[in-house]
Amino acid sequence: MSTQMNMVEKILARASGQSNVSANDYVMANIDMALVPEAIFKLRSVLIKAGIDEKEVKAWDPEKVVVVIDHRVPPTSVDNARTQKVSRDYVPNLKIKHFYDVFPGVCHQIMVEKGHALPGQLIVGADSHTTTYGALNVASTGIGVSEMAYVIQTGELWFRVPETINFEINGKLADQVYSKDIILYIAGKYGTDIAQYKAIEWTGSVIDDISVAARLTMGNMSVELGAKFGIFKADQKTLDYLKDRTDKEFQPVESDLGANYAEKYLINASEIEPQVAMPHTVGNVKGISEMEDIEINQAVIASCCHGRIEDMEIAAKILKGKKVHPGVRFYVAPASWMEYKEALDRGILSTLVDSGVMIGNPACGFCTGIQGVLAAGERCISASPRNFKGRMGSNEAEIFLASPATVAVSALRGKISDPREVL
Amino acid sequence: MDTIKGRVRKFGDNIDTDTITPANTLQLPTEEMIKHAFSPVFPNFYETVQEGDIIVAGNNFGCGSAREQAIDVVKHFGISFIVCESMARTYFRNCIALGIYPLLAEGISSFFSEGDEIEINFQNEEIKNVKTGETAPFKPLSGLPKQIFDGGGILPLLKEKLLKDS
Ligand code: SF4
Repeated sequence: MSTQMNMVEKILARASGQSNVSANDYVMANIDMALVPEAIFKLRSVLIKAGIDEKEVKAWDPEKVVVVIDHRVPPTSVDNARTQKVSRDYVPNLKIKHFYDVFPGVCHQIMVEKGHALPGQLIVGADSHTTTYGALNVASTGIGVSEMAYVIQTGELWFRVPETINFEINGKLADQVYSKDIILYIAGKYGTDIAQYKAIEWTGSVIDDISVAARLTMGNMSVELGAKFGIFKADQKTLDYLKDRTDKEFQPVESDLGANYAEKYLINASEIEPQVAMPHTVGNVKGISEMEDIEINQAVIASCCHGRIEDMEIAAKILKGKKVHPGVRFYVAPASWMEYKEALDRGILSTLVDSGVMIGNPACGFCTGIQGVLAAGERCISASPRNFKGRMGSNEAEIFLASPATVAVSALRGKISDPREVL
Repeated sequence: MDTIKGRVRKFGDNIDTDTITPANTLQLPTEEMIKHAFSPVFPNFYETVQEGDIIVAGNNFGCGSAREQAIDVVKHFGISFIVCESMARTYFRNCIALGIYPLLAEGISSFFSEGDEIEINFQNEEIKNVKTGETAPFKPLSGLPKQIFDGGGILPLLKEKLLKDS
């Protein structure tokens, strides 16, 4: 048996106290951090339903659990306000240190920007986009709230060591083509189950070139390819990103030469044009040049996938001095208060507002039909990670996914448009 | 649990969690939520479902969010087995944690139409279409997931731990 391991195998071996693990082994692993977003309410109720005294469940380590009230912020109904109140009252029982309520943001953004996700760690979250922190060399993945209850109390969870596939992205991204386009391109070409049960290791010169924010988008959407983990190596950019966010020690992992991969895919990024995922699956992708005119009613830049400074900056550059098409409602919601504040200080938000963008609060709202709900027959182009039927409102509405640049240009034109065309 | 028989409820590929439990119904009580379950592909599913029905689906069943409501509604219908070509991993985990038995079998989806009778033989590790006699092998649960499933799921395990510690 080879003792060469890839990044994910190394993390799972370390976390389960073994010198070596390989694909398809079952392990019981110690968790480094656990994230509970607004699902905290559900967590409490499954405990009660299972006949467990919910007050007895306490964090195995107060430092290692993060709770974020993020989905329906601010509350949108009386019932919603009530469940948040119950959650707020319940959280102290968990005996945790990190509770984000009044100044939150989308949970995954909080995890990375507050330094809760560090290279080499094994992290679980009660939300599928927990894969986001793979961008920081973390093996992170989503679990249900019942399993989360078990993790909070015990600090451990079972895993099947996944097979790992490698996507090596070389070449150069063309102007106005972004990491979002790479992910959509792969979803379209290989299908949204290409990485099912598997881990993805993202490598190649393009990965080295792109920013941490761009990697976060890819870690985030690795789950849309079915992946359990979507991991990147830690480089100088990773360390710079973390420098002022944590004083904790961490141990990045690197894949051994000769480590095992179930499959390797080589992608030449130079061939990728801006991509659009058509309704109603992430894999229903077209290159922008193959698209007919599609008029839109709404445009969104928000969510844990985008909604970072870099994304808002791209939109501001495109919109500067111009007006959003009168038939389009364009919503931009920063992913967190920190991003909000920086965008405000740097004048990015005022450029957007001058162009007719409505700035939303940091939360999940626009991504998942809590705010900006679509009526039957309406179309929205969004820089969020999912376009499932009914996700933003009516089952008869249509959601198209694209990069922030494509979203912004489309909002200007009133129809889905190519950001490479000079406006 | 040697042999299980049931009526097939047939689904396609990529049945995502927003299809199983549309996002705008998640806040509803389970009795209300079930009325919308699977509605984007199978309106009024709740009216035709019977206890003991077995879901047969294509690839990537349960992709999307980690929400457990997407398991709760299936359990609420009295469905205890999901047979599919492949299942999204969070959904698979939630099945184990909450007591639905996932059976993965390549090519299985094409064996069945809506309403067929399905037989699952755990001894022979085989899934059969009773009408056509076609069979396909499957791998039963093993290792840690089997232990957790057999123990009734993750919360009974947690309960046990809490009792031990107190
Ligand atoms: S922003 Fe959207 S995808 Fe991200 S955690 Fe919130 S609801 Fe989920």
